[in-house]
Amino acid sequence: MIDVTGLKKSFGSNEVLKGITTKINKGEVIAVIGPSGSGKSTFLRCLNLLETHNGGSIKLDGKETGQLENHLRKKVGMVFQHFNLFPHLTVLENITFAPQQVLKIKKKEAEKEALELLNAVGLADKADAYPSRLSGGQKQRVAIARALAMKPEIMLFDEPTSALDPEMVKEVLQVMKNLVKTGMTMVIVTHEMGFAKEVADRILFMDDGRLVEDEKPAVFFENPKTERAQVFLEKVL
Amino acid sequence: MNLDFAQLVPSIPYITYGIWVTLQFVAVSLVLGFLWGTVLSLFKIGKIAILRWFADAYTSVFRGTPLILQMLIIYYAVPQLTGMDIGAFAAGVLTFALNSAAYISEIIRAGINAVDKGQKEAALALGIPYQTMMLKIILPQAMKNILPALMNEFITLTKESAIVSVIGALDIMRRAQIVGASNYRFFEPLLLAGLIYYLLVMLLTLAGRMMERRLAKSD
Repeated sequence: MIDVTGLKKSFGSNEVLKGITTKINKGEVIAVIGPSGSGKSTFLRCLNLLETHNGGSIKLDGKETGQLENHLRKKVGMVFQHFNLFPHLTVLENITFAPQQVLKIKKKEAEKEALELLNAVGLADKADAYPSRLSGGQKQRVAIARALAMKPEIMLFDEPTSALDPEMVKEVLQVMKNLVKTGMTMVIVTHEMGFAKEVADRILFMDDGRLVEDEKPAVFFENPKTERAQVFLEKVL
Repeated sequence: MNLDFAQLVPSIPYITYGIWVTLQFVAVSLVLGFLWGTVLSLFKIGKIAILRWFADAYTSVFRGTPLILQMLIIYYAVPQLTGMDIGAFAAGVLTFALNSAAYISEIIRAGINAVDKGQKEAALALGIPYQTMMLKIILPQAMKNILPALMNEFITLTKESAIVSVIGALDIMRRAQIVGASNYRFFEPLLLAGLIYYLLVMLLTLAGRMMERRLAKSD
């Protein structure tokens, strides 16, 4: 589905991605982990062109993504660490805005679908609330519903629980687990090792801008091959 | 003390009619200045270098020269060049719109930059086109941030509008001067003019607070 070859990205003289090569197949759930500053988020942001890469290539179904910006963004949904809900719109309007504006779906239809999505994330009663009235966990669940309203084929999650109070992490992870069950292709940058182990089909371990390990979770967490992964796991587990 | 308001009474309607003139003047200047200022601010944050350069140079010139000079140039000098005679009212509106656009563009630019960049990223990730994103996501949030500064600009405009009296537009100020000259008494009509300007500014301030409260409903 997505082919990444030799992906490089620099900010000024600081090279953040030093040649990443990997593949994301349809229906896979991939957890990207690694120490902070290892380039995980930058890698994810390159996938939907929030950052433009300086070298290598990203291909979606065989086509270079740089040329399909709008097409790509309809297929790829993204959930951010800081939710980024639109504060001047209600929860329902947040979800229906893009389907109406981009997919040209009628308002009634969009609202009906939005309410179904809100139901799925357990927030149907908050449809008319403004984001400022919601807790962090509720905001993130709305953000997930908002991304799903565009009917993406891939969902990217950029540390979706890192800005949450501990007691809210579970509700968001539960929504993501439900999403895994639907067969959605997902790439998740996360620090939740337990979650990664439980739901991921593959673990990508990044360090210093390189993809150091690409393994099944059972293998990675039990027998990490590289020393860097061993050191990292000792610290976080 | 030698004040005699009785003499002023017959001229009060003449002066207060100037409120209408001033309000018209300010309203038209405001709307034009705001629209042009918004366009300039979009030039300033945009990717096209020549437009960015133009908007910066424009702001620099209009902020760097006296307002009254700009007005006199537009009223006296432009007809000399083009042979086209524009009236005092039109010249005044044009000057004020062009001038306040420079200030307003700076206010809006700062307001847009103050909107969390995550908002833009979220809109991009949803595939929302640039124009829609600016109009419906970024600008509404920027407007809320900049409303106090914008209201300040509008109040300044209302007060400064008094200088159109220099080119003979019959606003509150000009009418007060005419009444003063015909009665040989300036204090009373100028005091009345001052009171009117003050009340107008208070009204604008109140309107601004009400708008702020309405926009704050999503907090």
